[in-house]
Amino acid sequence: MFLEFFYLLRLRGLKVSINEWMVLMDAMNQGLAHSSLLAFYHLCRCILIKTEADYDKLDSVFAEYFAGIETPEDLPEEFWKWLSEEDRERDINDKRVHENVIHELEELLEMFHERIKEQKERHDGGTYWIGTGGTSVMGRGGYNPAGIRTGGHSRHRSAVQIAGEHHYRDFRDDQVIDVRQYQMAFRKLRQYSTRVDAAKTELDIDETIDETCDNAGMLHLVYERPRKNTVKVLLLMDSDGSMLMYSDMCARLFQALRKSNHFKDLKVYYFHNCIYDHLYNNPYCKRGDWIDTEWVLKNLDEEYKVIFVGDAAMAPSELYRRGGNAFVGLFNEETGITWLDRFDKRYKKKIWLNPIQRKNWEFAYGRETIEAIGKIFPMFDLTMDGLEKGIKRLLVR
Amino acid sequence: MSNKLDTFKGSSNYVATDELMNAVNVSIALKKPLLIKGEPGTGKTMLAEAISESLGMPLIIWSIKSTTKAQDGLYVYDTVQRLYDSQFGEGDVSDISQYIKLGKLGEAFTSDQQVVLLIDEIDKADLEFPNDLLWELDKMEFYINETKETITAKTRPIVIITSNAEKELPDAFLRRCIFHYIAFPDEEKMREIIKVHFGDLDEKLVNAACEAFYKIREMDDLQKKPSTSELLDWLQALMLSGADVDSIVEKIPYVGVLLKKNQDIDMMYEIKEKGYSLKRW
Repeated sequence: MFLEFFYLLRLRGLKVSINEWMVLMDAMNQGLAHSSLLAFYHLCRCILIKTEADYDKLDSVFAEYFAGIETPEDLPEEFWKWLSEEDRERDINDKRVHENVIHELEELLEMFHERIKEQKERHDGGTYWIGTGGTSVMGRGGYNPAGIRTGGHSRHRSAVQIAGEHHYRDFRDDQVIDVRQYQMAFRKLRQYSTRVDAAKTELDIDETIDETCDNAGMLHLVYERPRKNTVKVLLLMDSDGSMLMYSDMCARLFQALRKSNHFKDLKVYYFHNCIYDHLYNNPYCKRGDWIDTEWVLKNLDEEYKVIFVGDAAMAPSELYRRGGNAFVGLFNEETGITWLDRFDKRYKKKIWLNPIQRKNWEFAYGRETIEAIGKIFPMFDLTMDGLEKGIKRLLVR
Repeated sequence: MSNKLDTFKGSSNYVATDELMNAVNVSIALKKPLLIKGEPGTGKTMLAEAISESLGMPLIIWSIKSTTKAQDGLYVYDTVQRLYDSQFGEGDVSDISQYIKLGKLGEAFTSDQQVVLLIDEIDKADLEFPNDLLWELDKMEFYINETKETITAKTRPIVIITSNAEKELPDAFLRRCIFHYIAFPDEEKMREIIKVHFGDLDEKLVNAACEAFYKIREMDDLQKKPSTSELLDWLQALMLSGADVDSIVEKIPYVGVLLKKNQDIDMMYEIKEKGYSLKRW
């Protein structure tokens, strides 16, 4: 059922699994959709969609697939009352249904609205008016195969309408998909040590055995401090300019790092193309909202693992010339490459992650500077593979 | 639907949207855990309480912390106690089962009555945590190695899981859940919530408070926007102090109840005065 809808969902980028689809079918079999499009919409949403970021996508697909299917909404209050009261059972063979049963939806709706104008009283079991148990095309509990059901569980608003309103547009967030993958990679970035300040809560088995033996076999428990991750990370991100087209990728990486709470410390600064006298506090790289690079080099000890993120592609002058800073109005006394060298000397473990794929490094704009910087720092491309290799590099002693 | 006994219809002190009620009922009918996400203060945790109250089932709460392991929810084997007992000859050491202490999940499984199990703030735990619970939540059973015993749920508990979206949850886990996002209540719904909590309040007070509240929430520059629970606290404060109703929107008394950060309070006043803020970046 609705198999086309399933494929349309997948085509539009919603990762609905067969498993979830079967659950939806099961739910329909149990009658949880109440034969109403709106209930079906809610059912789809809570079974197939697993993040509010995708609500908007579902809304679009739903509106696309079920467009034109509307349920009547402006039925006078009285009619609803007639329709909702008592049920009437009817033998299936008691009266033959009209021959010309197939109506176009529009025609049917038109007829329906006309009939509302005409009808003045309650009708049950008829063939013409809106009522219960009849064979007219309109009403509830009736026997017309192409009729409109009015009353009962369904509600006044049509699902297509609601879906068409795009209530969840603000949550749409196409970049969350792979954060978890990055997170998993960063989990490997840990070095355990017991030399941290914490309560002694873990049982030290070897010591306990020794002590118990010394104690003539009477149990003597020894506890030790739990092992904690001691990795400190300094993240330096290129932002603005040529990095704009990779901003999604970098944002994902950044989110993943931010959410990895297992680091002892995480410092993040930004730079524009290359590093000079200042590092910026935020990705907008506004003049004045910065910190002296000298301060960073002095205050963050050599144990910090440094991750550069940038395309390393720039005009050679930005790297080699005094005053090469691309930021208009800023003059650097020392060349960019001098500053990079300082980072190289100061920190033991450092890598450069490049959003440009490795195979394109030789051909990309700025290949000279990519090569030059690649000689200073081990450079990896920002793919799962590259990231994992890079992290390994940060960990080897 | 009418032949279903366990149908959640909201409770006397919890206002649920139709969509939320629908999601709860779907999860009960399909026997799948319900994952609830939403801004802090939209009543995620309250939901489980409301369900347990309205269906007359006991509520078991498993609050997740950053150090919580999946195993903690199943059972804990108290080795140390057993060792001690063996030394001092206390208790029957050969009976391992007395050193097995069931966790919250174990408790829910062994209960004679159907219970509502709330796994609160699952995203606080380690990344792998949800994956470690897949089998247990799917099959509603787990195996105790020490006693070679399988604990199977007598009656399948109604499982409610809440998340603040601090971490991404694994796909395999998500696939097994029914998902619902609680949107922030609009003003109409908010009035209903206020009514449920305080009964009939002075209309003027509610009007003024809501107006001020939604104005503040519209300020995008705030780091932490006030939520429902803060509005309720604020109303309480306004009522107790007998603040002048006419000046609420103008002066916003007891602003500390609504905004918890000093910068936010400064920011709010600045925006209120100028109509915009310059501190953006």
